[in-house]
Amino acid sequence: MDGILDWGILDWKIRNPEIRNPKSEIEVIMAVKDYIRKRFFPHMWCPGCGHGIVLNSLLRAVEQLGMRKNEIVMVSGIGCSSRISGYVDFHTLHTIHGRALAFATGVKMSRPELNLIVPMGDGDALSIGGNHFIHAARRNINITAVVMNNRIYGMTGGQYSPLSGFGTLATTAPYTNIDQDFDVAELSQAAGASFVARTTTYHVKQVIDLLKQAIQHKGFSVVEVLSQCPTYFGRKNKIGDAVEMMEHFKENTTPKGSKAKKENPDLIERGIFVQKDIPEYCAEYSKIIEKVSG
Amino acid sequence: MGKKIKFIQGNEVVVEAALYAGLDFYAGYPITPSTEIAEHMSVRLPKIGGKFIQMEDELASLCAIIGASLTGHKVMTATSGPGFSLMQESLGYAIMAEIPCVIVNVQRGGPSTGLPTSVAQGDVGQALWGTHGDHAIVAMTASNHQDMFSVTVDAFNIAETYRTPVILLFDEVVGHMRERIFMPEPGEIPLMERLRTSIKEGIDYHPYLPREDGRLPMSDFGGVHRYNVTGLAHDMWGFPSNNPKVVHGLLRHLIDKINNNANQLLRYKEYYLEDARTVLISYGASARSALHVVESRRRRRGERIGLLELQTLWPFPFSIVRQKCANAKYVVVVEMNMGQLLQPVRMAIDPPEKVYLANRIDGVFITPTDIRSVLRLIQGKGM
Ligand SMILES: Cc1ncc(C[n+]2csc(CCOP(=O)(O)OP(=O)(O)O)c2C)c(N)n1
Ligand code: SF4
Ligand SMILES: [Mg+2]
Repeated sequence: MDGILDWGILDWKIRNPEIRNPKSEIEVIMAVKDYIRKRFFPHMWCPGCGHGIVLNSLLRAVEQLGMRKNEIVMVSGIGCSSRISGYVDFHTLHTIHGRALAFATGVKMSRPELNLIVPMGDGDALSIGGNHFIHAARRNINITAVVMNNRIYGMTGGQYSPLSGFGTLATTAPYTNIDQDFDVAELSQAAGASFVARTTTYHVKQVIDLLKQAIQHKGFSVVEVLSQCPTYFGRKNKIGDAVEMMEHFKENTTPKGSKAKKENPDLIERGIFVQKDIPEYCAEYSKIIEKVSG
Repeated sequence: MGKKIKFIQGNEVVVEAALYAGLDFYAGYPITPSTEIAEHMSVRLPKIGGKFIQMEDELASLCAIIGASLTGHKVMTATSGPGFSLMQESLGYAIMAEIPCVIVNVQRGGPSTGLPTSVAQGDVGQALWGTHGDHAIVAMTASNHQDMFSVTVDAFNIAETYRTPVILLFDEVVGHMRERIFMPEPGEIPLMERLRTSIKEGIDYHPYLPREDGRLPMSDFGGVHRYNVTGLAHDMWGFPSNNPKVVHGLLRHLIDKINNNANQLLRYKEYYLEDARTVLISYGASARSALHVVESRRRRRGERIGLLELQTLWPFPFSIVRQKCANAKYVVVVEMNMGQLLQPVRMAIDPPEKVYLANRIDGVFITPTDIRSVLRLIQGKGM
């Protein structure tokens, strides 16, 4: 139990009185603890890391959906974010850097009744794993991809990622980054994902809500969660500690289609970008089996 | 031997054998000279309720079959050199996480894109040391369709028995050639099914705790036991560990389970070795030419010459090579590379100076004439 107490979310809630509610906190801990592997705590994340908030939100989403642990397979790659799979009491497959979606495709296709959740870092999903990402989206295979976007390679110590963005600093961009970044939501849509959403670790309720919708969606779903890496991105770019980074998320994002966005186009939109019903890969393959077998 | 005779391509034999062994999941990416395997799989699998998927590349193909193996399926992918190079990282993952799977490499000329439509045996060393880190591997091959069938079935049996990837190193000649094959009847070749845990729900299951015999009973993803699978060094729960004792135990287990069972993994054929003073050692398509030389020389001049045809290349069968060549004056390794199997053969034989190489590396199939000219040189009879 000790480890749970240093999950970023609790820390943050206590410092953010607007959503502070000690009673429900206790309830949350009780509900969520059934989904974790206590044996593997304390976790390896730095204090204030946003990845713990994503873990907590994910467990709450699963709990609120009433899912059974045996029907969930979590597949992850390599990175601080990918360590999430060690802590949850599902079937967990911690793979190699960038290839989580390829492994997940094999799991899903061979047993379509299982629910596949694939948390990935920004580098994991979109640099080394970019090809698998667009192809999983194109196939519209029923997998939920969670991009834990901290705009940095956390695990290897703060190098720039394809999501760091022009003008940022990183240990491998000491004079300023000249790499342009991807827009995960646009990229996912263009690649064919049938559910695409974005939010931030500041907006915990929205993280839970979007994850629930994504998991229930029949098709390839992407939820991008802007997550803070105070240790590297925050420090290198002088944004401050975890709380200041989250305040930054609050100030620099706006609900999709809001008036604020029209007035200030630099704001990052949060919400659902795509939600459509198109043929799902495993279901289509089942039709082929039905047609040619027997 | 089965009554049904077929006249088919080697790559199709691999498909038939894999299905015979119980394969029901295949992922791959097209590449000459292995592509027919994917094409035939895409036709056959859905008919039996199995799954075929063409992935975006070979990296993804091996990852996908590893995922499918974990849900309890018998799985395979097939490729050639460039694709096999791309698979090396996940091959290591399959070794580390102990995932049963079969990887076919129908070899072509390399390095790089090399000679896409020509024959070679240049990936023998890569099969052993292509992926990083200390490990052991099983790699097998065959020289004709009948043997391709049984070696492929064996590969699945070995993968399941030892929870390991098995590499099938065929080549362009056997892959594309057509010849007669007697299709084995169901039940004719024994099949190994996966060893699954008998531990009941709610009781702690240790996915990485070997039994006394070294085997690890599995539990399918989606079943009652939830556990962690990782490519990191891990403990008996599959959870990452860097405890030196745990790491040492894991590495020893991964290597010992293969190398200590080398005898069980050994497949070879011998021809006329009883009295042979000259022993040819060969494998795959090269062994066809080697056998031709042996038989014609015995027939025409009564020469005491024989052939040891290796089907298991890794773990290397040191003792059988040593034993079969004990009375040989000359040992000639026949292969289509610069001597990738010559090296371990020389390590096996005393003195190593009596081991020679007859090879070809130009994309042209090694002929009996090529082997004969080497023999004439060695035996001091000039060209
Ligand atoms: C093939 C390969 N290349 C490089 C690495 C080293 N590496 C490990 S994690 C990582 C980046 C992690 O960044 P990200 O995916 O954004 O996750 P984060 O740690 O930020 O959560 C890299 C480059 C590796 N493990 N494997
Ligand atoms: S380095 Fe960054 S991403 Fe990794 S645990 Fe620390 S704060 Fe989190
Ligand atoms: Mg990152």
